Amino acid sequence: MTTTTDHPVQEASSTPPAPGRTRRRSDRRLAAAFISPAMLLLLAMSVFPLLWALYLSFTDYSATRDAPAHFVGLRNYVDILTSDQVHQRALTTLLYVVGAVTLQTVLGFSIAYLISRRTHGRGLLTTLFLVPMMLSPVVVGLFWRFMLDAQFGVVNSMLGSLGIGQVEWLTGQRTALLSLIVVDTWQWTPFIMLIALAGLTAVPNYLYEAASIDRASEWFRFRNITLPLVWPLLLIAVMFRAIEAFRLFDLVYILTSGGPGVSTETLSFHVYKVAFLGFNTGTASAYGILMVLVVIVLAQFYLRYLNKLKEG
Amino acid sequence: MAISVDEAVPAGPVPDDQPRVRRGGSARSVVEVVLLTALAVAMLFPVLWILETSIKENRDVYAVPAKFFRFDVTLDHFKDVFVGRGGGRSDLSTSFLNSVVVAGVSTLLATLLGVPAAWAFSRFAVRAKKDLLFFILSTRFMPPVVVVIPIFLMYREVGLIDSKLGLILIYAAFNVPFTIWMMKGFVDEVPSEYEDAAMLDGYTRLQAFWRVTLPLLVPGIAATAVFALIFSWNEFVFAIFLTSSQDVRTAPPAIAGLIGGTTVDWGLVAASAAVFALPVLVFAYLVRKHLVAGVTLGAVRR
Repeated sequence: MTTTTDHPVQEASSTPPAPGRTRRRSDRRLAAAFISPAMLLLLAMSVFPLLWALYLSFTDYSATRDAPAHFVGLRNYVDILTSDQVHQRALTTLLYVVGAVTLQTVLGFSIAYLISRRTHGRGLLTTLFLVPMMLSPVVVGLFWRFMLDAQFGVVNSMLGSLGIGQVEWLTGQRTALLSLIVVDTWQWTPFIMLIALAGLTAVPNYLYEAASIDRASEWFRFRNITLPLVWPLLLIAVMFRAIEAFRLFDLVYILTSGGPGVSTETLSFHVYKVAFLGFNTGTASAYGILMVLVVIVLAQFYLRYLNKLKEG
Repeated sequence: MAISVDEAVPAGPVPDDQPRVRRGGSARSVVEVVLLTALAVAMLFPVLWILETSIKENRDVYAVPAKFFRFDVTLDHFKDVFVGRGGGRSDLSTSFLNSVVVAGVSTLLATLLGVPAAWAFSRFAVRAKKDLLFFILSTRFMPPVVVVIPIFLMYREVGLIDSKLGLILIYAAFNVPFTIWMMKGFVDEVPSEYEDAAMLDGYTRLQAFWRVTLPLLVPGIAATAVFALIFSWNEFVFAIFLTSSQDVRTAPPAIAGLIGGTTVDWGLVAASAAVFALPVLVFAYLVRKHLVAGVTLGAVRR
């Protein structure tokens, strides 16, 4: 470290550097020089493509045809919003998001609570529980496809030795969506656990001490101290997870490819089919824009609710 | 301060542990330990199973009922990951190498662009700073399947399709928002008075950043870079739609390609999954202290 940092901080703050005109101008130039490269990359790789998609969403463009794009106004949007297919995919997505996020919130919080009550080996336990979250969705999808295989999968094998019949996990209409929820829960429970653990460990000890002087019951302490303090943090975690689950693609692709039939075809997967199998680029773009809008609008409402909760 | 798993954990509601035990809560404690153990086993079983499968002889892989112990051990699957059928390098090992290049360079790029930007956002009064920062974050919330359509068209126009550079650029663009948000938190923690003091000593603003602040940021930069590295390493959607040829393709689509045929060599899948996951687990272990800040883009702080 350079010697300059050894200077007492007080000296510096008591005589702040005179914000001369030249310094301010050079500061501004430096800020611009430091920020603009990053912004340029984002403009080129995020904003420009998104604007392009917005433009395409009003056309009948197809990536495989050489024909120029025709402007069709809002037709793509109307088609999507009135399509029964899309309504069904939306329902599938909703079932999946609600099911998976609920399951992983309950499980994740329970694990965090159990860990926070242990005195020994908590660091190790936490690290072990985090493993699934760090793996690639491809790897996770393959793991589970192998384990859920109807013929020789280890899950059915264990069910068999328990005397329970075989289950067609990935090929049954109902069980495929359930499998998807289970796998997503397996991968992302650690995320909720991590956030909940952060919240649980941040609860000030004096609150518990005060409660134990009052001889408050365990449940009372949990209900009136632990939960209210962890709740806002947990809700943020739920939002992150819901957004991620809403745009889930890779796991569906690997695990079920939307099947059997269309029973696990989420909105994301449907966009992919429209764009890369049907090559209706214009429609797919409109679809995508709508999905982005849904995320933004719902997140705004949710955040407003969160803020109200914090103030209240 | 970013929440650290190791440090924060012992500070939990421990003190109420003692009275509970004294009141004869040991039965409940036993129940809790059993529950926790069961959950840990359930969470880790798939990982153990894939490791076990990767060293099994083929006939044991497909054995019904499944063999948990007493199977024949072989390292053939791992050999198949790296060595091709007729000797020489296998396609999988090429894709692993591609993954190393793509993840490494994109992380480097994201760090080089993101860290200075984070410093500038933290230190200067930038116009419409809040909106700008929120805009930067919002680019991360777009569904990848949606972004990939225009990116695909754009890359086709400029000839970046099926190139490592194309993947590097898109991964860097995805990691820059994350780097800026996480690094801004780290920069905020370094008192700006240090730089002021350095400038009183005659350093310019830039020198003050370079000589004084940057060295203090090194641990934060390392943690952020590892997160970016893990993201690029694991990414699948862009990788599968923007690349097609064997010598460009990264490992995730290559591994996914193993299940394309009518019969699947699950031993090979297990071995390549294990090889692919190993670096991530090592890296994750290295950044465990910054995990909460990392996975939530720094949105959850204490």
